[in-house]
Amino acid sequence: MDALDTLMLSRIQFAANISFHILFPTITIALGWVLLFFRVRFAQTGAEKWMNAYRLWVKIFALSFALGVVSGITMSFQFGTNWPGFMKTVGNIAGPLLAYEVLTAFFLEAAFVGIMLFGASRVPAWLHVLATALVAFGTTVSAFWIIVLNSWMHTPQGFEMIDGVAHATNWMEIIFNPSMPYRFTHMMLASFLTVSFLIAGVSAFRWLIGDRSAEIRTTLKTGLLLGAVLIPAQILMGDKHGLNTLEYQPQKVAAMEGNWETQSNVPLLLFAIPDEAARENRFEIAIPNIASLILTHSFDGVVPGLNDFVAKDGTVEHPPVAPVFWSFRVMVGTGMAMLLLSWVSAFYMWRWRHLEGRTWFAAEGVPRVILFALVPMAFSGWVATLAGWYTTEIGRQPWLVQGVLTTEVAVAEVPAPMVMGTLVAYLAVYAALLIAYIGVVVYLARKASGTGGMSTPRPASAILTPGE
Amino acid sequence: MLPDFSNPHDWLPWAFASLMGLSILVYVVLDGFDLGVGILFPLAERAEQDKMIGSIGPFWDANETWLVLAVGLLLVAFPSAHGMILSTLYLPVFMMLIGLILRGVAFEFRAKARDHHKRLWNRLFFVGSVITALAQGFMLGLYIMGLEQTPATLAFACLTAAFLAVGYSFIGATWLIHKTADDLQLKSLKWARQSLWGVILGILAVSVATPLVSTRIFDKWFTWPELLWLASLPLISAVLVAVIWRMLRQMPYSQDRFSWLPFATASTVFALAYLGLAYSFYPYVVPERLTIYDAAAAPESLLIILIGACIVVPVIIGYSILAYVIFRGKATELRYE
Repeated sequence: MDALDTLMLSRIQFAANISFHILFPTITIALGWVLLFFRVRFAQTGAEKWMNAYRLWVKIFALSFALGVVSGITMSFQFGTNWPGFMKTVGNIAGPLLAYEVLTAFFLEAAFVGIMLFGASRVPAWLHVLATALVAFGTTVSAFWIIVLNSWMHTPQGFEMIDGVAHATNWMEIIFNPSMPYRFTHMMLASFLTVSFLIAGVSAFRWLIGDRSAEIRTTLKTGLLLGAVLIPAQILMGDKHGLNTLEYQPQKVAAMEGNWETQSNVPLLLFAIPDEAARENRFEIAIPNIASLILTHSFDGVVPGLNDFVAKDGTVEHPPVAPVFWSFRVMVGTGMAMLLLSWVSAFYMWRWRHLEGRTWFAAEGVPRVILFALVPMAFSGWVATLAGWYTTEIGRQPWLVQGVLTTEVAVAEVPAPMVMGTLVAYLAVYAALLIAYIGVVVYLARKASGTGGMSTPRPASAILTPGE
Repeated sequence: MLPDFSNPHDWLPWAFASLMGLSILVYVVLDGFDLGVGILFPLAERAEQDKMIGSIGPFWDANETWLVLAVGLLLVAFPSAHGMILSTLYLPVFMMLIGLILRGVAFEFRAKARDHHKRLWNRLFFVGSVITALAQGFMLGLYIMGLEQTPATLAFACLTAAFLAVGYSFIGATWLIHKTADDLQLKSLKWARQSLWGVILGILAVSVATPLVSTRIFDKWFTWPELLWLASLPLISAVLVAVIWRMLRQMPYSQDRFSWLPFATASTVFALAYLGLAYSFYPYVVPERLTIYDAAAAPESLLIILIGACIVVPVIIGYSILAYVIFRGKATELRYE
């Protein structure tokens, strides 16, 4: 387990690849809809600010989309290169779901994305709006199918095992498996929150470098208000998802809470260092009874403990505790920061609404200190999304498909040094690309605000012309 | 070669093998030309490079999704073959992925980055395209050698790697002949003339090696009377190559007539060579080890995928054509509008 053998390295490599990949769909899924909103508002009002917002964000969309496509290609090969046992055992179920993901969605996006990005002057306006809508729809359907497969791996049903191979018996049960609705909603909201804070953060940055255009007021408001509305919904959804997990994967919830013994009146741990060797937590800071309250909606509710998931011969059948425990706290903490910032901003924008004439909220009202806080929060959605995925995916261990297939059985017998070598190369490429991506987003934001990344400011009219 | 359509265990694997084969062919032709443009990239001037990028801009990621479809079909329809092939080709697959990542992102970054970074992205766009082409050619070579890894097969794989890269630059050059004008078009004609030899040698090398590696494939080709119609494949190819040869010397014709013809002919030559390979290996998906029938997923799962494919693939083809129609004509510099 702690040795860097082929299994562990393959897991890290898959985690690295899928972590890098998920960053970009998380942006494109929701950004597609936000772009549709900008595009439709422009069609309705004819106000140039909507099209300016569209032009900046469609470039960021294109960049994210390209990174999503290339890292997605990597994913489709990883199953074969590193996890042949997965398709061999559950290929009859995973196959059609993956196929539908590629067929219905990926292609819809890829074919219409060209028209959406480059076609505005070549096709009639209605077709451009339609292409934007289809791209947004495509990314969402794509997410749906892949979440169906992922959820099925957590809560499998609707199949039978014949000679060690899963065969589908009921496709409706497979698609609408118990955790799917929760996971899908949770992920969609995560995507929208990521985009709302990205837009808010980039807009705050442009505001701070002196841009006071109508476009920046609109996008700052859009980002903050979208975030303010969605974050309570996400917290509610997270709670529901947690209860669903408690029902189907109690060992994961036990790891999230750092709870070793099955008991009532379980405290909420704000801080602890779970020690798996000693099977206890060190340096606990706890609020009594609250974990029981959250999970069972009663102070003295019984919460399952990790010690229930150790076989008689001492084999551990629960996930590694510390990573699950900590990624869960990172996710929740980031969510709380989002709640605080978006609500305080919304309040100030409402309070100073008279500053922008007849409107309910004025971007002018956001305090400078909040603007400074929003800039680093631009990528907070990534942090929360990754932390959430680590919680649920590491929380599934040692299973690959809960109760059906373990990761150990599915791994390819590729020599460990080879996996190590490719892993290092992947990580180097990904780190460089991530830096380049963030750098280009910053550069595009500066350029859109007329400072061009250089010291020479441009006249206001330059902001209105599309970039390269 | 037609299956028994009353037996789902027989015709479903066949249908998926055909669909997968078609996807690979479409991928090789479509991504072949945009990879080729990437390989030719450093040979052009600065302003011409923007036109070259413009000629593939609206298409390249739709082109690459055919690779995802092909590998996806291998993954979902022939799960055990997917594992066997890809874990054998671990390193070349990795190289190809790195290449695809580099060129894909370089494409986007170079259009958006500040000027002094543009040179770096240009270079990476070229390097990514070359690595991808070489890796694919290497995999093709190893596959033809029955996925055996000995010094001789590796040497052959290196040879096919080089030929495929030259082949891609050839089809890329014919694409540019159609999409560009003036100086760049003349250059493209020159590039096409210079790389045609790679296509000829590559096809010859593969055609000679394939039957020599396997007696099964040898017997399949050199039996009477099949040889009679099989011989038409190399004959037609030879005629087409001769036609291209002549055209490339005379073009551009007045008013740019038939500028699409070299690309169309090149695609046909690629398709014929591919057809020959497919005939050699059928019904094996892993050469001499696993047939499509042994590797296929359960019929009920295949049927579900097929229903989706029958609805979606025609739609995909329809709007791919639409995209090519909308962005027809000579390439301009790429603008996000």
